Amino acid sequence: MQTKARTLPLSKRGMSFETFMWLFTRLTALAMYGFIFIGIVGAFVMGAQNDMSFVEVLRWALMPNTGHVTYTNVPEISPYASMFWKSVASLFFLTAAGHGVHGVVVILDDYFAKPSQRKWIRFWNILLVAIIIPIGIYVIWFG
Amino acid sequence: MSDRNVSLSAALKYKGQGPYLTYILHRIGGAMMAIFVTTHVLATFTEMQGWQIGDLINDIYISPPFQIVFMFGVLFHLINGMRITILDLFPQQLIPYHRQAILIEWIIFILVYGFAVVTTITTAIGRMS
Ligand code: HEM
Repeated sequence: MQTKARTLPLSKRGMSFETFMWLFTRLTALAMYGFIFIGIVGAFVMGAQNDMSFVEVLRWALMPNTGHVTYTNVPEISPYASMFWKSVASLFFLTAAGHGVHGVVVILDDYFAKPSQRKWIRFWNILLVAIIIPIGIYVIWFG
Repeated sequence: MSDRNVSLSAALKYKGQGPYLTYILHRIGGAMMAIFVTTHVLATFTEMQGWQIGDLINDIYISPPFQIVFMFGVLFHLINGMRITILDLFPQQLIPYHRQAILIEWIIFILVYGFAVVTTITTAIGRMS
């Protein structure tokens, strides 16, 4: 079945905060696909086809952190623990945190409509992500 | 900003078709990941401090039953998110075909998720020895 697309060009819509975050969600989605791709290619370059199963490569690609290869048959962890992978993991984590916290606020806004409720939703979620980000970065670099 | 005009129970009983199913599964997957990432980061941090609780939570997270349920949410969100992004990049040309796109998406999802489930089980068995 085909339905006609109802779209309005950006020039007629204007760039509101909502439009900006709509774009942000999509751009971060593409960026995360880029990180996953780097993780998969990198794992194979480091020999994953002999040492890791499909799901283990997937777990590594979704967060290239050394903790995700310690249970595999990888004989030598050090290539997976390089500065490069810690940097990719940190950037991926920051991107996911931004994308995720915005997504959670969007979901909660659909169930809580009062301005005061929405204010608290923003306050607690932003506080939580501000606490989780440094802890996550610490785990990536020192875990 | 208006109040909700549909109760939560009525909203949950709403029976939409394909597009609604992808919308609600996308939401569930996104919420699951947000909760998982938060608790997994905290659990790993507490584990590093030598606290038992972190170890316990991460043991659940690495268990095959948890992985199989969780991976459904993750992989659906990732593959559906790709579909949303591609359609939104070229709305004029592609949104008229969104139902076909959802069909292709389900085929890709079943293949990737199926392979992930099978290898989760075979890996768990293989690592037991
Ligand atoms: C490659 C990875 C990912 C892709 C491609 C992706 C894609 C998307 C897209 C396109 C949306 C917008 C949906 C819409 O506006 O209708 C979205 C929403 C969302 N994402 Fe992701 N995402 C990814 C990873 C994540 C991660 C890691 C988290 C959690 C930490 C997350 C949590 C959410 C949440 C909570 C929403 C809001 C759902 C809603 O509005 O119903 N996503 N995602």
